[in-house]
Amino acid sequence: MHNSGVIVFGEDVGFGGVFRCTLGLQEKFGRHRVFNTPISEQGIVGFAIGAAAQGLTPVAEIQFADYIHPAFDQFVNEAAKYRYRSGNSFNCGGMTVRAPYGAVGHGGHYHSQSPEAFYTHVPGLRVVVPSGPREAKGLLLASIQHPDPVVFFEAKMMYRTAVEEVPTGDYTIPVGQARLAREGGDVTIVAWGQMVAVAEQAAAVVQEQGGVSCEVIDLRTLLPWDRATVEASVSKTGRLIVVHEAPITSGFGAEIVAAISKRCFLRLESPPVRVCGYDTPFPLIYEPLYVPSTPRVVDAIHEAVKF
Amino acid sequence: MHGRALANALRRATSSRAESSAPVLNRLWSRNQQTQAASDDSSLLEVDVVPYSTHRIDSPGTTVNTTKAELQQFFETMYRMRRMEIAADMMYKAKYIRGFCHLYDGQEAVLVGMEAALTFKDSIITSYRDHCTHLGRGGSVLEVMAELMGKANGATKGLGGSMHMYKVENHFYGGCGIVGAQVPLGAGLGFAHKYRKDGSVAITMYGDGAANQGQIFEAFNMAALWDLPVLFVCENNHYGMGTADYRGAKSAKYFTRGDYMPGIKIDGMDALAVKNGVAYAKEYAVANGPIILEMDTYRYHGHSMSDPGSTYRTRDEISSMRQLRDPIERIRSLLLNNELLDTAELKKIEKAIKKEVDSAVEEAKAGPLPKEEMLWKNIYKDTLGMHMRGRDSKTKIKLT
Repeated sequence: MHNSGVIVFGEDVGFGGVFRCTLGLQEKFGRHRVFNTPISEQGIVGFAIGAAAQGLTPVAEIQFADYIHPAFDQFVNEAAKYRYRSGNSFNCGGMTVRAPYGAVGHGGHYHSQSPEAFYTHVPGLRVVVPSGPREAKGLLLASIQHPDPVVFFEAKMMYRTAVEEVPTGDYTIPVGQARLAREGGDVTIVAWGQMVAVAEQAAAVVQEQGGVSCEVIDLRTLLPWDRATVEASVSKTGRLIVVHEAPITSGFGAEIVAAISKRCFLRLESPPVRVCGYDTPFPLIYEPLYVPSTPRVVDAIHEAVKF
Repeated sequence: MHGRALANALRRATSSRAESSAPVLNRLWSRNQQTQAASDDSSLLEVDVVPYSTHRIDSPGTTVNTTKAELQQFFETMYRMRRMEIAADMMYKAKYIRGFCHLYDGQEAVLVGMEAALTFKDSIITSYRDHCTHLGRGGSVLEVMAELMGKANGATKGLGGSMHMYKVENHFYGGCGIVGAQVPLGAGLGFAHKYRKDGSVAITMYGDGAANQGQIFEAFNMAALWDLPVLFVCENNHYGMGTADYRGAKSAKYFTRGDYMPGIKIDGMDALAVKNGVAYAKEYAVANGPIILEMDTYRYHGHSMSDPGSTYRTRDEISSMRQLRDPIERIRSLLLNNELLDTAELKKIEKAIKKEVDSAVEEAKAGPLPKEEMLWKNIYKDTLGMHMRGRDSKTKIKLT
């Protein structure tokens, strides 16, 4: 689907961006539609909101999700509330802001963080986190076409590690619907982004070890999130584990656990558990200890089953 | 007494008074006898305005053309704005209006002069002091008053309140609640004008308080880098909340603070000076890129309703402004001195506007409240199947 109102901008995106995500776009669509910005995150997001309010479809890039914080006010007070506070006169639904997030192996304090939970606290925004290349394309196209503003977090680890066949044509994956990544009957594991792969690996390990069958849900969209899919799964398995890279306290796992505990209270076989980053700054050399790993998820599965 | 601020204000006041009261400044003539005979309203009048200060740009001319019709329209619009804000003040004190409310009286010449140089295809975004912006963009007193009272017949259906008026058909992108946060949006609005090559500009308004926000400079840089048609309009009313401009800004020469970007300082108490400066700046911006316009103005009321406006400035200062630089009185004397309207005619206009405002107030009071279901509407484009409990547990309000 061609939309001449789509514009792409951000720091260094003109020559492909630091992660080469926009490679070749400027040659194909021209400098007036694909251009570099100064290092001004607050300005970039405010600019995108203004362009979207005029009916354009801006796709802005924040080079690392760690740098998104200066723009927090623009997301919270301008973007998220534009439709509501104007009684539907205006909106900035055309806007999509992409930001690479998460661990990358050596990123340290300021190139590794997962700030998604901050944005899940803001009605009016949609928060999307794809779990792989095929998912990323379908969800990104859906986000760009979506009539609400979207914050789109891309797991930067996967820029280099993920290998997958991706359809060449146009396709979209609906925003707001979770994906059943693996079917199972004993434990439900909810994850997003890079952690979906970790959950799947842990599920394979416990299946092989002793036949514990895990259902893995790729949440895909964190706000508003697909409670129904998670509820149906936990109603079946009676056990819930949520895995995310962000620090555990006030992470989005807390919201999922609270909501599902209420909805599935009498069907739970064990207390819902979170396997998350620790409440520390994102560490440099301790990254392998900090990031939820397959063994940590495996342990949590065993704990849940033995409870 | 704030010596520096007051001295500056009075200096400006004295010089402008001298100019506006000098009878030789204004002369009437007509393009031809027929036009004059057909309609005095369109006869041209030349008025001199106080010189502009400029930064990296030549000054606009200081002789401004106007007509009786225009002056009368300025008078009516500014008087309507003034009466509306005074009514808002009264309604606030009577508790018909609650919450946060920022009044514009004193600054009317800025909007009225600006709109005279713009079309409704030019877009405007401003801060929370936006009641009169709505009027300037073609809105009605009723829409504003009903919005202030949270009524469904308000400008934003009662959902936005004082700080959030919008007029989509006339490209008014709103009142924004966070100091300075609308400025990067204005750069985005300007980009869209350039992208579509529609020859229009984005007016991005902010106050002298907001001028010290970091994101302003991000927006300046991007707009200048990409030659966006943006007029950054700094309404310098000399107090960022309760702090005098020079106490909050290392340089209170806001028109120079774009550095590489040109700027013009305009007498924001003179609608004609504003009209002339904005017309000049618009032409510049469409051809070249952004420009800063500092409007030297003054708010009579405090920052908001909780601020009496008298703790950080003297009553003398306020009354001097009213006596010497009032934007409505300036236009009134032009109309009278040039014998375009007499006192009785002006009184008649004032009476009609007072009546209009009074009936808008009554109509707003009688207006309906928004439906409860609006609580959960317009968060996202589609409602998410939410429902809410009513006061008693049996009542559920469904969203459509």
